Amino acid sequence: MAEEQDVKSAEAELKAGMMPGQAADPEVGSKEGSKSGSKEGLTAEGEAQPKPEGAAGELKRAESQDRLVSKSVKSIIFSVFSPTLIKKMASSKVVTPELYDKEGYPVDGGLMDIRLGVIDPGLKCKTCGSKLKECSGHFGYIELARPIIHIKFIDLVLNLLKCSCRDCGRILIPKNKIDKAKKELADIEREMGIEERRRSVKDIIASLKTINKCPWCNVKQQKITIEKPTTFLEAEKRISPIEIRARLEKIPDDDLELFGLSPKHMRPEWSVLTILPIPPVTMRPSITLESGERSEDDLTHKLGDIVRINQRLFENINAGAPEIIIEDLWDLLQYHVTTYFDNEVAQLPPARHRSGQPLKTLTERIKSKEGRIRHNLAGKRTNFSARTVISPDPMLEINEVGVPYEIAMKLTVPERVNPWNIAYLKQFVKNGPKKYPGANYVVRPDGKKKKLTDETIEASMEELQPGYIVERQLLDGDIAVFNRQPSLHRMSMMCHRIKILPYRTLRLNPVVCHPYNADFDGDEMNLHIPQTEEARAEAEILMEVQTQLISPRYGLSVIGCIQDSISGIYLLTRDMEVSRHIAIDLLAATGLTEFSRLPKKEKITGKEVVSALLPDDFNFTGRSKTPMSRSSSAKGRAEGTIVEIRGGKLVNGVLDSNNLGEGSGLLLRTLHKRYGKEFTIDLLGKLFRLGIEVLLRFGFSAIISDTDLPENAQKAIRETLEQAERDVQELISLFQNNKLDTFPGRTLRETLELRILEVLNKARNRTGEIVAEFASPNSPTMVMAESGARGNLLNLAQMAACVGQQAMRGKRIEKGYHGRTLSSFKKGDLSSSARGFIANGFKSGLNPHEFFFGAMTGRDSLMDTALRTPKSGYLYRRLANAMQDLKVEYDHTVRDAAKRIIQFIYGEDGVDVSKSENGVINVSRIIETMVEGK
Amino acid sequence: MSANNDQEMLPKKIRDELSEQTKGVSEAKAKKAAEAIVQEYQNAQVEPGESVGIVSAESIGEPGTQMTLNTFHFAGVAEMNVTMGLPRIIEILDGRSEISTPMMEIYLKGANAKGKDVQEIALSIKETKLNEITTGFHIDIAERSVTIELNEEKMRMFGITMNHVNNALKGTKGYTLSSGKEGIVLKKKDKEENINALYVDKEKLKQLHIKGVKGISQVLPIKRGDEYIIITAGTNLKEVLGLDFVDESRTVSNDIYEIAATLGIEAARQTIINEVFKVIESQGLNVDIRHIMLVADTMCNLGVVKGITRYGVVSEKASVLARASFETPIKHIINASLIGEEDKLDSVVENVMINQPTPVGTGLPGLAVKVHK
Repeated sequence: MAEEQDVKSAEAELKAGMMPGQAADPEVGSKEGSKSGSKEGLTAEGEAQPKPEGAAGELKRAESQDRLVSKSVKSIIFSVFSPTLIKKMASSKVVTPELYDKEGYPVDGGLMDIRLGVIDPGLKCKTCGSKLKECSGHFGYIELARPIIHIKFIDLVLNLLKCSCRDCGRILIPKNKIDKAKKELADIEREMGIEERRRSVKDIIASLKTINKCPWCNVKQQKITIEKPTTFLEAEKRISPIEIRARLEKIPDDDLELFGLSPKHMRPEWSVLTILPIPPVTMRPSITLESGERSEDDLTHKLGDIVRINQRLFENINAGAPEIIIEDLWDLLQYHVTTYFDNEVAQLPPARHRSGQPLKTLTERIKSKEGRIRHNLAGKRTNFSARTVISPDPMLEINEVGVPYEIAMKLTVPERVNPWNIAYLKQFVKNGPKKYPGANYVVRPDGKKKKLTDETIEASMEELQPGYIVERQLLDGDIAVFNRQPSLHRMSMMCHRIKILPYRTLRLNPVVCHPYNADFDGDEMNLHIPQTEEARAEAEILMEVQTQLISPRYGLSVIGCIQDSISGIYLLTRDMEVSRHIAIDLLAATGLTEFSRLPKKEKITGKEVVSALLPDDFNFTGRSKTPMSRSSSAKGRAEGTIVEIRGGKLVNGVLDSNNLGEGSGLLLRTLHKRYGKEFTIDLLGKLFRLGIEVLLRFGFSAIISDTDLPENAQKAIRETLEQAERDVQELISLFQNNKLDTFPGRTLRETLELRILEVLNKARNRTGEIVAEFASPNSPTMVMAESGARGNLLNLAQMAACVGQQAMRGKRIEKGYHGRTLSSFKKGDLSSSARGFIANGFKSGLNPHEFFFGAMTGRDSLMDTALRTPKSGYLYRRLANAMQDLKVEYDHTVRDAAKRIIQFIYGEDGVDVSKSENGVINVSRIIETMVEGK
Repeated sequence: MSANNDQEMLPKKIRDELSEQTKGVSEAKAKKAAEAIVQEYQNAQVEPGESVGIVSAESIGEPGTQMTLNTFHFAGVAEMNVTMGLPRIIEILDGRSEISTPMMEIYLKGANAKGKDVQEIALSIKETKLNEITTGFHIDIAERSVTIELNEEKMRMFGITMNHVNNALKGTKGYTLSSGKEGIVLKKKDKEENINALYVDKEKLKQLHIKGVKGISQVLPIKRGDEYIIITAGTNLKEVLGLDFVDESRTVSNDIYEIAATLGIEAARQTIINEVFKVIESQGLNVDIRHIMLVADTMCNLGVVKGITRYGVVSEKASVLARASFETPIKHIINASLIGEEDKLDSVVENVMINQPTPVGTGLPGLAVKVHK
């Protein structure tokens, strides 16, 4: 998903080691992460952040050593800071807009005051005494010279003013009705939840807006309006924030409930600020540029503005300046505070940098994809990961991943020293970081981490004793999580076993391309090394490739043979016969070492070769893709369609994509059910290698002459197309003479189009049939199409005979000039060629106008893809967000996080799709095995 | 533990299949087979803690990237033009009340289903508006009247008589009706010289409902299997179900809100399932129906159809942080702070945010171990 690593490099360079550091404090993390992220990703050396020292650090270390969770967060309560609380938690009062003095030291009472936290190395926080990175910062405050309305509470203030008495402050509901209303709200909340309560509060407020006399003190109410963004008017006269605050103060706690407020958490007058909290410097760190100049954070800039204007306002008030000047300054302060909270308020010009780029203030920090919540909180970054280009290697097992030495020597696995493995681990330490297999770090029991270098190896060797942790380099068989973005389903992240290999790419068995949706045209993939026993166990048990074999989407195998391998096995099982030693060669290439299952004879059929891999008590009946009529020999024609395996022997039929491919057929599914995941994955690997070996040995090249057709076939195609052309002309003349029968519910013109489309499609299909009939069934192109390895008969027909009608939006092409598609046609020409019918094949070549039509639909489909991706991505995000907390409970109901029942039993029968066979329990198969197998 | 009792727990579909296939097999063997199937069924049950929601979202989201965008689907000549593909899925899951191509499939009863008078029935359902059977409307400013010229040929085609027209026109207020040389003349009663009002009324008259069922703009009788059905563009389920030649048990609309209003929430849920499944199937994709069911159930859980949007399903979440992590975070945080809302941290994202294990799957069970010192 989008939040995953965005570390990318233009060159396909190796990037082992750390991704940008995991930040303890998200505020700090984001700044550093975004600025230095890519740099760090390229050059990091797997170095952990320096461990903190001091008492707090000690404690943290002890905890991480034992991996004990001593505390966990149980719940989070949201509420609003009261002015008293702001003052109480503040460590300093900010009184001057100055940041640093002449020496570059933070000014006391300024915005960078070191009582607010430290961001410079070497300085100590005046509040807590800790150094950089240890002190998480402290809040300060400023006293506003005049109250300011908080922009985010504008709607609330408006509602409160409108619905409470301007004199006595009571809500405009008569005494006798108030209890009833409260009870109703309480009932609604209990029965339908907070969201529904909010809605009824809205209704109450709407109903109160029209009341113009207070039922409590009979004072007439004035009409209150708002002049956006922050000015309130009562009967066309401005109410100052002081007055507003006074009125809000008058509203009694008892009435707040009906406004949807909880007085414990939010008093209405708090929405008019008299005091403004200053966030700690650690959440707005300044960066020192190369020139030594300091560049302050956007928030600091904005706060500087606020403080400056606030001071000026103070001075003017004290000096007794005229009211107009004070009002102006007050408005300016209101503007600054508003943009400090939100710089995208509709009616205000955004505050800008000197360069003209808008400031990123509080709201913008939190909001949207790049904001705090989605970027830093819901999306995590990780160390111990690598990313490179991938390439295929069929000789790897399916659940292996080939890792280059360069990566293996950077990434590490921590292993704890004990009396039994100390000798073994010492060997790694001895090799050090430069000699494979070595170790990069040694961690002492007190948590101190030491990097191994040529100088420290000796000392570390001496020191090593039980309780130490050695961070050794990767070895064959280590566990890793392998991932390719976009991670659309859970099979996009699977656990593989590491195999260290030379060269500089990550390698995987091409069989697993499908679940990752990977190809090798430059794709990159990520590798993660789990660091704890728990993580490794979980990855191995839940995420390893063989456990993901059956898709939870449709209950069939997501991996299967692909491309050449399918062609190979198809050719082998169709009608191949080989000598015994070739058969043994083929099988040996799959990794088989035991050949006793081969029949004892000199000539061995392909079916028998494949059978040698199957377990000898395996029975299966399925259907192949290849239709009965299409086979090279008369004998071949008799077989086909039904694939039968009896007693581990393929007795009938050919194996093609229907049985070997991903997401189709039940062969792999049945194997999985009977013999388990380990066996299936092993067999699949062998079958794959067998298929490839067949092609390697006997050769397989698709060539242009595959699309050659005999003279009579070409003639037949020409005649078909000419006939279609004539039929279309006939239809057009019928149309022009108004003699065409209209279809019900259609106009004459629509009828014509439908009829023409029908004729032309029929013609194209007919040419396809001719091609299928006459093209050599043994040509590699045909083999690929028939076995389902790649391409289909339509592709072949388009090359050999006729490309067919180009359609846009389900219609023939009609765009372009007035009344015609291209200037080479007459106006109103409805004939087939003028409306996008391509009568030529790709081999014979397209006419200019045909080429143009092809380009039109080609571009149209390109547009389609480009527009579809974000749309479906958004749909997916919404679905995932809406349904992420649905899970099956112990009572088998499906419930959401609030324990609301969504389904009483999952999917109406409680069947897990990934344990079913294509979504169903295969009754007939079970009965068959039970009844036959006694 | 009797085999019979165990068989009771099997879903009906499997039980039927079982008894169908064990016909003519000896009782002992049949019993054995039944036991094996019960075993298989129990093995295939979902495990508690399985986060089925995410799996369903993935199962629909992932193939979504493979769906085509601008498909206008004509399966053969005689089909209505319906939105298919990704736009249709989005439309359904959004829970939009206005869909782009509302459609009905009307099944007929008795002899009509065999093809008797299908064409006539279809025409009688189709909504005809006044301007479809006229050649023109004329305004006489001096007379303050509107003259409607009828097209008799079209009237015959649609099966409309003068009675129909007169009945419909009776409803127009403020005019006196008379038939003139050129057609029907409507004369304004009051003497105000407001020509504008005349024009407005003329435009209103054009859309006057003459005959048929309101909202049904096109009808297409087709043969499906061995019976005739009527496909319509535009829906009006309530009225159509009231017609006596309509088989009300099978007639469907593709408008989820309309179904929910006329047939109830369970029917709406089934419609969502059917419609989504239809699209996925037409794209040649394989998605298990259970995933679609779960989506439909989430949408209909509260008794009304809620879309998978920030205003619909997501707004109903209990957790503030979960809502905030979706869209409009500021709004949610501020509203939560007003009442001191508590986030109990019992779903997934909140726990991801604060780096704690999520309460799904392996994170669900708690384990207490007594450590001997």
